[in-house]
Amino acid sequence: MSTVILAEFSDGKVSKTTAELATLAARTGDVTAVVLGNSQMAAQILVGPIKKVIAVDNADVLAYGVAAAVDALAAVIAQESPKVLLIASSAFGKELAGRLAVRTNSGLITDAVDVAADATATQLIFGGSTTVHSKVSHGISIITVRPNSIDPDLTPTTPEVSTLTAPTSATSQLAKITSTQAPVKGGRPELTEAQIVVSGGRGTNGDFTPVETFADLLGGAVGASRAATDAGWYPHSMQVGQTGKTVSPQLYVACGISGAIQHRAGMQTSKVIVAINKDPEAPIFEVADFGVVGDLFAVLPQASEGIKARKS
Amino acid sequence: MNSGRLDREGVDAVLNDLDEYAVEEALRIAEAHGGNEEGSAHTVTLISMGPERAAEAIRKALSMGANNAILISDVALAGADALTTSEVLASVIKAEAFDLVICGTESTDARMSVVPAMLAERLSWAQLTFAGSVKVNPDAKSVEITRVTESGVDTITAQFPAVISVIEKINEPRYPSFKGIMAAKKKSIESRSAAGLAANISAWSDVVDATPRPARGAGIKVEDGGTGGDALITYLAEKKLV
Repeated sequence: MSTVILAEFSDGKVSKTTAELATLAARTGDVTAVVLGNSQMAAQILVGPIKKVIAVDNADVLAYGVAAAVDALAAVIAQESPKVLLIASSAFGKELAGRLAVRTNSGLITDAVDVAADATATQLIFGGSTTVHSKVSHGISIITVRPNSIDPDLTPTTPEVSTLTAPTSATSQLAKITSTQAPVKGGRPELTEAQIVVSGGRGTNGDFTPVETFADLLGGAVGASRAATDAGWYPHSMQVGQTGKTVSPQLYVACGISGAIQHRAGMQTSKVIVAINKDPEAPIFEVADFGVVGDLFAVLPQASEGIKARKS
Repeated sequence: MNSGRLDREGVDAVLNDLDEYAVEEALRIAEAHGGNEEGSAHTVTLISMGPERAAEAIRKALSMGANNAILISDVALAGADALTTSEVLASVIKAEAFDLVICGTESTDARMSVVPAMLAERLSWAQLTFAGSVKVNPDAKSVEITRVTESGVDTITAQFPAVISVIEKINEPRYPSFKGIMAAKKKSIESRSAAGLAANISAWSDVVDATPRPARGAGIKVEDGGTGGDALITYLAEKKLV
């Protein structure tokens, strides 16, 4: 059985998510990774259980976005006839998967956290409170997978690399990207892919300095609660919760966040949860593995000093 | 110009938060170009797929200022996934003459967020999704959006017809005025069943099982008596996280 994954890149570099997708895909069959880019990008695929790499070097993906990517993947599907297709669960990835499902008359499962050998997907729904197993019953099993869901197999690989040309249809050129502005990264890892996330909420009163300092010392990403983004203290793109990002890092540190159900929906599948809050009754403590009842402006700087001391 | 707005209705018959942004944006687009009052050039039509009780949510959107509504209600559609939802909605849209279809980004009950992209695919229309701003030029029949996602901000342009989805925060949805509420009572909600639609309603995936996960229990809680930060680092060190 052949399985196709869409390789993920971030800033032109292959991302760890690619190996995660490959690890899950390898359970279902021999893995072919598709690279929407040139052979230099394809040559970066050196780890993970990947047998073949197909580079679809098509500048149209930059000019026409999701619609052109659908044409590119559809061409790969026509060539490879896969039974399973795995794509990372980003906004782009989900839209791509959705359109491909329509085009190939296939079922779609989004936001999976695991995929079994028979392509049964595991999802966590209702804010992570319920585990659902489902299986596509029609066409290709198209599944989008959340980053960080599994430990990837990082065994070195030397895949066979080929290229494919896929023309972009006139319909896929209807919406044209006229300019692109990269997100402001500030050197921190991408929120949904980070192993450690430190988030600030109402308790920061708009001062994220201690949160950012602690995150940077741990090499983590910075998140924010809805209260903090609504107040304009932190960008909306960094919001963790039901209407923001869903994160599942090894460590989640909630600072000055009360832990409303909407916030918990976006972080409660984290491996270890730490909470710092002045209010001992804050609901965040109900899900925290370790809680400190105290002022984040006292606790975080002391913790930051503690890390510096351990490093020196 | 017609603006249709779509809504996959949630569990409660409450107008989904995220979709109020779509209604508001449709109204603003119409108002920026002569309005959608009776006799003016533009119409804002609501299309919703959901149970009969969704009519209450639709009435709210009509109170905000939408002109009319189409509600597709059918027991056969209960629990419909994004593929079926998009097919049903596409079949309704194809039969009308809309220039723009404006959707919320995702329903708060089912986090698929793919229905707008699927609609664009089914209709062979331009896909302008995750819009943080929308500019429409009715004379040129063109629309420009800024697409806001984790990978950055793109400016995207297209000619009518187009499927737009708007993100939260694109606008501040208005509260229905008394006049709007009174006017909404006279507006029509056309109910349709799935039978008359050119849509193939079938299950695309099957749920094998669903089990509640054990609730996450509370762990250690310490009072910060001046050493809370140190205690935290000791804990993280034990867990090999620092």
